[in-house]
Formats: sequence, structure tokens, C-alpha cells
Amino acid sequence: MDFTFPKEYHLFRRMVREFAENEARPLASEIDREDRVPFETIEKAAKLGLMGVPFPQKYGGIGAGEIGYCILMEEIDKVCPSTAAIIGAHTGIGAMAIYLGGTEEQKQKYLVPLARGEKVGAFVLTEADAGSDAAAIKTRAVRDGDDYVLNGTKTFNTNGGHADILSVMAVTDPSLGARGGITAFIVEKEFPGVHVGRKENKMGIRGSQTAEIIFEDCRVPKENVLGQFGAGFITFMQTLDVGRLSIGAASLGGADACLEASIQWAKTRQQFGVPIAQKQSVHFMIADMATEIEALRSLVYRTAWLVDTDQPFSKEAAMCKVYGSEVIHRCIDSALQIHGALGYSRDFWVERAFRDQRITEIFEGTSEVQRIVIASQIFRPEGVRISA
Amino acid sequence: MDFALNEEQRMFQRMFRDFVTNEIAPLAEEIDQEETLPLEVLQEAAMQGFLGALLPEEFEGAALDTISYCLLLEELARACASTAMTISVHNDLAAKTILDSGTDDQKSKYLPPMALGEKIGSFALTEPAAGSDIAALETRARREGQDYVLNGCKTWASNGETADIFLVFALTDPEAGENGISAFIVERDTPGFKVGYREPTMGLRGLTCNTLYLDDCRVPAENLLGGEGEGLKIATKALDFSRLSLSAICLGGAEAALEAGVQFAVEREQFGGPIALKQAIQNFIADTAAEVEAVRYLVYHTAWLVDRGESYTKEASIAKLIGSEVAMQAANKMLQVHGGYGYMKEYAIERMYRDFRALRIMQGTSEMQRFVIARDILKEKGLLVDW
Repeated sequence: MDFTFPKEYHLFRRMVREFAENEARPLASEIDREDRVPFETIEKAAKLGLMGVPFPQKYGGIGAGEIGYCILMEEIDKVCPSTAAIIGAHTGIGAMAIYLGGTEEQKQKYLVPLARGEKVGAFVLTEADAGSDAAAIKTRAVRDGDDYVLNGTKTFNTNGGHADILSVMAVTDPSLGARGGITAFIVEKEFPGVHVGRKENKMGIRGSQTAEIIFEDCRVPKENVLGQFGAGFITFMQTLDVGRLSIGAASLGGADACLEASIQWAKTRQQFGVPIAQKQSVHFMIADMATEIEALRSLVYRTAWLVDTDQPFSKEAAMCKVYGSEVIHRCIDSALQIHGALGYSRDFWVERAFRDQRITEIFEGTSEVQRIVIASQIFRPEGVRISA
Repeated sequence: MDFALNEEQRMFQRMFRDFVTNEIAPLAEEIDQEETLPLEVLQEAAMQGFLGALLPEEFEGAALDTISYCLLLEELARACASTAMTISVHNDLAAKTILDSGTDDQKSKYLPPMALGEKIGSFALTEPAAGSDIAALETRARREGQDYVLNGCKTWASNGETADIFLVFALTDPEAGENGISAFIVERDTPGFKVGYREPTMGLRGLTCNTLYLDDCRVPAENLLGGEGEGLKIATKALDFSRLSLSAICLGGAEAALEAGVQFAVEREQFGGPIALKQAIQNFIADTAAEVEAVRYLVYHTAWLVDRGESYTKEASIAKLIGSEVAMQAANKMLQVHGGYGYMKEYAIERMYRDFRALRIMQGTSEMQRFVIARDILKEKGLLVDW
């Protein structure tokens, strides 16, 4: 057993933290207020290699693995969950689908520019009637000569409005369902027939754009089939397995920021003649936050280690997401309560963090979906098959 | 024991619900987006008698009993928590406080225009350094001839943006600490009085909360509410009642969240059927429904105590504590039922989640309520608890 980070990860964390403090934090409030994507931050992140952290260097990444990627998400989410969401959708699922499912040619052509941050990626799965029930998608891909022709509408796509390379899931054989009937495709935004539809007006993470993508007789060359034909559902679910972990890591960072701010405010804020840090109600909130954060930290980095050492991690990654998102929920709630009315004002970041947090329990699989994943992994060896 | 609303209360309830459904519900989204309560809403409410809900008829009031008043706030909150809060602050923190502690002259001067909605009331107690801790007030009121001269700064004064009549708490005797606090009726156009910064809040965006500046603000001595040094008593009484009224708003809010969640769960199909068929969703619904019913009887029971003239401080704190926690949990669980849609502004649950978070802070945080409740219980055991 050894719970210390190797030196290179310390150096990496220091670099990321500096980037987060200098580039992401100063814009966090503004991009929320103005509802705009911080392209300048993404560009700077790309220059530092932060858009392709987990991928090997031969694919344009910096080869820091899942541990490095978790460090990145943890540090970015401390200061700006919108920026973390943009990177998460780009790296953690958009590019990750190509890394996990793509051919060598596809990786060279698409993953390399994504990992270098020259292009932005998105993971295009959800439809109006296919949320948690991802297998219920209706978007069709029909073979026509050397192409597939895509038709359908995808909703709630993070980076959807500005992504260059889309990892898309579509039905190729409706008679086969999820196993065999769904195929993944790599679609360039420039392909004719790709349209960006409405942009969502969200409670939080307003600096990341959530848009509808409409495929209208969109021709995709057959060499852009991602992974095996008919195995798209599996490729996408494997991608989400990994993506989940990083939401746990992001939640860890966000929760840590809540704890730190709560401690500082409790020391400063005087009521009844003493700092509220003298009150037991506050002590217990702080103690609970700190305890849950430490438990989450161990869970996240152990799971990242499982991924980096090629061990099974699906159950643990789901635990990271459900536990992490619920820990940060409780932490931001306590932080807001400790700050009182100030925490409810848009003049102070706690208010934004409260709104930003709530999506973590929903996107990339709701808490309910995570619990189903965890339970099915537990019951499978017991001979019990679980369906949603 | 009798748990039924009487015939008059049931009639009021139907009337409130009709009014809210027709006049308030269609505007709730706009009120949130525009961050303002349209003037027509308050005018309509005044025509219905809702702005003099607690005042006797001699002051143009509707003379509702407390249970009926809670029914009004509950119904308003089902559609729009901002509207309910605005009307509640006007009625119970401002008008009722003048009714309870005012002189005959003060009552006949201020209450009829308040009941008619010509003048809106505000309550200004909180200061930058005095949130939960009322005794830390710094605003001063100095007697000068026939006037008091007020100096200081108030924050988070509800209805600040639109109010005409402000109840301002200030120290007339700084040496006496909390026993040196007095209450004043301050009109908006008084020289030296200025309504300042409006707080940009996460939710309840139709309710305005402002900073007030009192800079050598001269208030005639006849605007002293109650006697000198009675401010703490007046504020405490007003806050006790406002905790009950806030709990009624929590009740209405939680009901609305539950209804929205149930409706969505029935209509939304995933995995081949309505998600309402899933046990995880049913548990959300069942827990919320159970909590809503518990809050309902806490609220009505406390209102009933008020109508019987019994003490209700602890009960109001309990109703406020549980009510606000339940309302927030209801919004949280029902947002989860909505999935991604719940995070989007086109669904009312998104607004409720932001709105209801304030309820655990306003009119005394949950921590303050726990203190009041524990203090009351421990006092019976002969143990005096200080915060």
C-alpha cells in the first residue's frame, strides 16, 4: 500500500492549480452571468495540454492517465464548474469514445487534434425520449453506398453548439435493439446536414453550452463508424463508465472549495459576540464535510488507480459519481447555510456553486442510473440480473 | 379534536385557489425572469382584500382568522413563492405589527392605505453585523425635540424596492443593549432616508431585498411604535408570527413541487413505461407526500393556537424549521424526478429549487429555529440556554 502521489503528479497539480487560479477563476462569475462559453480559457488550456490529459502522448495527450485527469477535474471544479463541464464533455466522454472505440486511423485523424485541443469534442447520445433509457434512441443511420445517412435530433449536448467533432450514437438496425442494433459514428460538424438547434437555458453551469443537434440527411463516410458496427451501445456505455469517475473527481474539488470557504467565513463572521466558528452547529457541519470529502478523495483516486492499472472499475466509477455528486450537494448546501443570506446573493460565488452543483446528480447518468449500475454489478455474481 | 376546516375557511380556500390559478400562476415564470412583481399583481391582490388580510374591517381589512391567512399564503406559494413572500411581509411583518403595537392615530393613518394596497410595507431589522444576532444592532435613534434622528444602515429589507412604509429598528439607548431597541415607522420620502442596493438573489426574485440608508433621518416622535425600548419585544412578536406564515409558504411550495414531480413522473416514459412505475421514483413521491402532510398539520395546528390566543413561539419555530427543510427536499427530489429537464428554466421545478433555498435562511435560519426550540424545552427543565 502506498497512498502518496508520485512527484510528477504533484508538479502537474501545481501547474493545473495555477492555471485554474489565473485563467478559470477570474472568469467564473462573468461567464455565468453572461451565459457565454470561455473560449479564451479553452485555448489556454489547450496550449498547456489540458484538453487531452488522460491520453497517451502518441495520440496528442500528455499521458497522465486517469489519475492525472482526476487531478485536473478536481482543481478546475474548485474554481469553475462550467469550465470543468466543458473539459469533461470534450475529454472525458467526447474524445474518450474515440480513444476507447476508434481505429488507429480514426485516432490519428480525430483523437490527436482533440487531445491537443485544436478541436473541441462532444458526446452526442441523449434524445428527448431517451434520457436514462439510452437504448431508446430514435436517430437513424441508414447505409447508402459508401456512406451512412443520419437523421434525428439529439438533446442536452454539452459543447453541442461549438464542438467540431461529435461522437454520435444512432440506430442502424431497429430490429436488434441495444445489442447489435446501435452503432457509434464520428461526425464532423462540417458534414452537410449537421445543424445546431436550440440552446438550453439552464439553472447553472451556464458557461458551458447545452445545445440540440439535428441531423438532417447527414452523410457520414462508412470509415467513420466508431468501433464495431452494431456495438455502439457498448462503446458508449464503456465511455460513460470512465467519464463518471471524473465527475466524482470534479465533485471532490468543488466540495473542497466549499469546506475551505466555510472555514474562512466561520472564522470571520461574528454573531453573538464570537466568531460563528465557536458554535457547535457549525463545527458539526464542518466535521461532516471534511469526513465526506476524505472518503470521496480515497474513493476517487483508488478508482483512478484501478483504471490506470487495467483492473475492473465500472462499479467503483459509478460509486464515485453518485457519492461524489451527493457529497458536493451536501457540502455546498452547508456552505450556503454557514454563509447565511450572503450565500444566497449572486454577488458571492457560493450562490453560483449551489446552482452549478445540481447538474452533477443528473448529467452523464442520474444518481438513480448509478445505483442501478452498482446494484447490477453486485447482484450479477449472485446470479441475479437486474434491469432498470 | 377537530381537524376539519370550517365552512368559511373552505370557502376562502376555494376563492384563494381560483384567484391564484387565474391571476398569479400564469405570471410566475415572468416574475422570476424579470425579477419584479408586476404592479397589477399587488393591485389585484388588494382588490381581493389580500393586502389587509389580517386587519379588522374598521381599517379596510379582510379580518381573516390565522388559519385562513395561512391558507392564503399556502395557495399563493403553490403558484409563486415570490408573490407569497411579498404579500406576507406586507401583511404580517408590517401591517400586523402596526396593528399590534400602534397607537390609534398610527393605525388610522397607516393601516387603511396598506389594506387598500396604496402603500406597501417593509420590515427593516437586519444589519451587516446583525443577522441572527438582533442584539448586535448598530443603527441609532437620538431624540431631538419632537423628532428622533436615525442614523445607520439596514440590509436585506424585504419589499425594500417598492415599499412606502418601513418599520425600522434602532437603538434609542445603546447602553441598554437589546433592551434599548425601539421601533419606528419611517415613510419612504422622509429626508435622510434612502433605499439603496437591491440584493441579486438566487431565487425569490420577485421579492425585493434592499439596503436602506438612514442619514440624519428625522422621524416625528409620534412615529415611535410602542414605547422606547420595546423594539425587541415588537420584533420578536412579529418574527414569531412570520415564522408561522413562512411555514405556510413552505407548505404551499412543497405541495407545488410534489404536484409537478408527480405530473412529470406520470407523463415521462423511459424503459417502456411511465417512470412513475419505478420504485425509486415512487419512494421520492411517497416520502415527499408524507412530509407535506406532516407540515400541513404543523402549520394548521400552530395557526389554530394563534387563533385561540395560546402561546405558539416554539410551535412556529418547529413549523418553520421542518417546513423549510421539507420544501427544499421536495424541490430537490422532484427536480431529480425531472432529470435533465428539471435543470432547465422552462420547468417550474427549476425555479422552486432556487426559491425554496431561501426559506431555510429567512426569518431566522434553521440553526436559530433549533436554538429557539431547544431553549424552550430546556427552560421547562430549569436550564437557561444562551445562544
